[in-house]
Amino acid sequence: MLTIGIDSSGLVAGAAIIKDGVLLAEYTTQYKKTHSQTLLPMLAEICRMTDTDIAEADCFAVTEGPGSFTGLRIGSATVKGLALVTGKPVAGVPTVDAIAADLWGCTGLVVPLMDARRDQVYTGIYTFESAGEGMSMRTIMSQRPMDITDLVERLNSETGVIYFLGDGVPRYLDRIRSLLDRPYHVAPAGMNRQRASCVAVLGEQYLREGRAVSGFEHKPVYLRPSQAERERNEKLGHPSGGI
Amino acid sequence: MDDVTILAIETSCDETAASVVRNGREVLSNVIYSQIPLHTIYGGVVPEIASRAHIEKIDQVISKAMDDAGLSFEDLTAVAVTYGPGLVGALLVGVAEAKAIAYAAGKPLVGVNHIEGHISANYIENKDLEPPFLCLVVSGGHTHLVMVNDYGEYQVLARTRDDAAGEAFDKVARAIGLGYPGGPKIDKAAAEGNPEAVHFPRAKVGDSELDFSFSGIKSSVLNHLNAAKMKGETVNASDIAASFQATVVDVLVSRAVEAMEITGTDKFAIAGGVASNSALRNALKRQCENKNVRFFMPSPGLCTDNAAMIGAAGYYEYIKGYRSGLDLNAVPGLTLGSGHGSGTAAPAPASPAPAVAAPGTAAPAPDPAPAATAPAPATAVPAGETADIGRSASKASSGDN
Repeated sequence: MLTIGIDSSGLVAGAAIIKDGVLLAEYTTQYKKTHSQTLLPMLAEICRMTDTDIAEADCFAVTEGPGSFTGLRIGSATVKGLALVTGKPVAGVPTVDAIAADLWGCTGLVVPLMDARRDQVYTGIYTFESAGEGMSMRTIMSQRPMDITDLVERLNSETGVIYFLGDGVPRYLDRIRSLLDRPYHVAPAGMNRQRASCVAVLGEQYLREGRAVSGFEHKPVYLRPSQAERERNEKLGHPSGGI
Repeated sequence: MDDVTILAIETSCDETAASVVRNGREVLSNVIYSQIPLHTIYGGVVPEIASRAHIEKIDQVISKAMDDAGLSFEDLTAVAVTYGPGLVGALLVGVAEAKAIAYAAGKPLVGVNHIEGHISANYIENKDLEPPFLCLVVSGGHTHLVMVNDYGEYQVLARTRDDAAGEAFDKVARAIGLGYPGGPKIDKAAAEGNPEAVHFPRAKVGDSELDFSFSGIKSSVLNHLNAAKMKGETVNASDIAASFQATVVDVLVSRAVEAMEITGTDKFAIAGGVASNSALRNALKRQCENKNVRFFMPSPGLCTDNAAMIGAAGYYEYIKGYRSGLDLNAVPGLTLGSGHGSGTAAPAPASPAPAVAAPGTAAPAPDPAPAATAPAPATAVPAGETADIGRSASKASSGDN
């Protein structure tokens, strides 16, 4: 079983190869936002280093969204191109789920924060539960865009210790400090951003569960309409959807 | 020499297109998914909506191009892709997809300039056309007079100082209520109007005998419409369309004729979306006949954005030895003659040898319905607040990240 994980949804660009339960290689960067120039060279480099033939991949896993619209499309077009040539399926992994998977084993509330601008975050609430020798991730609140104040209000009504991670943490930590009544912790570098290896692990799970699709069917999940659609909907008096 | 078979991909604006071209001139397939209906309600191309549509359709379009050509990825010699100029988000979809295909199939990648593609569209139907020749490139984002000295070697003799001709078409079409896309709508309305009904001034650009200016003509039309409105007069949209079109054609033709005289060329070609305008084609054809200059023009479907033209241009880049790396990026403001491929213009294979055998097209068959093999209708491109490709594409995506 060979799975390629790809992420370019936010500030990180990453690629990983998992073969038969072993992380053969992972390449992750958070340096300037030039994903279009770096993503595929990173994948090519780790394939070269590990003698991995892309044609042998069983599945291409990618963060499907939310995230930077352009970043999501770079990752999406990359896996679509790989899938088109190899005929292998694509597993689209919700970005917030993928970030939560960084904190595997955490029995408190795992709350990823991605900066979605305009005082909003893309977020969700997750926890890990015992499942035999392993653990499974349970979704308490599925990923969505949310005002940071609404999120903190919701967290104030939950029980359990809260673990924050994601690129929205530095941006909103002051607000959290002043508004949150619950005990919380902030994850350190190394486990606080999108990780292509975690994307690949979830992608393998989706493949087993029959949730992988063809490259043709795969598309980003933006969770927000474009600005032009939002403005048009507002003008027409329709709900803007997504927010 | 062995045949060179290129898969070409084009997503610079509002057409998702793929084509397989053999030896630069033989089009084995040419698939275009036009997004025009998606943008019509906004009165012009919305960059974020264009990018979203590209990513949803690109696999289907490429797959159909491969199927129509009856080839698998391993049969290809190289993959060519438009990397600029155009809308950055739209370009990035094609660039990322093309890089992944080239890598997975183990084929070299060639980045192609969109304008060079338009010029090269002339090679497809005119098998005997070879440089040097003079070319008028006229589209929604560009208005250039270019001397094509050799394959891939261009000397820009003149350019627009403000709006591109196609942009003026879109803005005027909107002002007289014809809507988007302006080019074909004005062409059609003009056929029923009087081209001498209103005289709009032909703008001159002070220090250059060849450069173009279209914003003055556009402003004259808008002023004329405002004046009529103030006086409570109704205007005849067909007459305005015909008079405006005659003015633009007059300016384009007069500059083209001057350039023919300066260069002494014996071959003249037109290219770009506005080159599908019937009045412009007829006027230039007449002028060339008078001057004993051979006249070349692509059929209308090859004037508007398509990938066959990228395959033609990519072929000549390929045989010159130009290759792009897997780090190829979109360059929204790319100018003609400013570099080959990724800008790392070295006639040496730059791709980190992928050494991967393509297992062929095992992917499930897509729904072919949305992709039309026939050329799409002419799309004179963007207008003001929507997208202004080439010249200021970066501002266009401000509200979307």
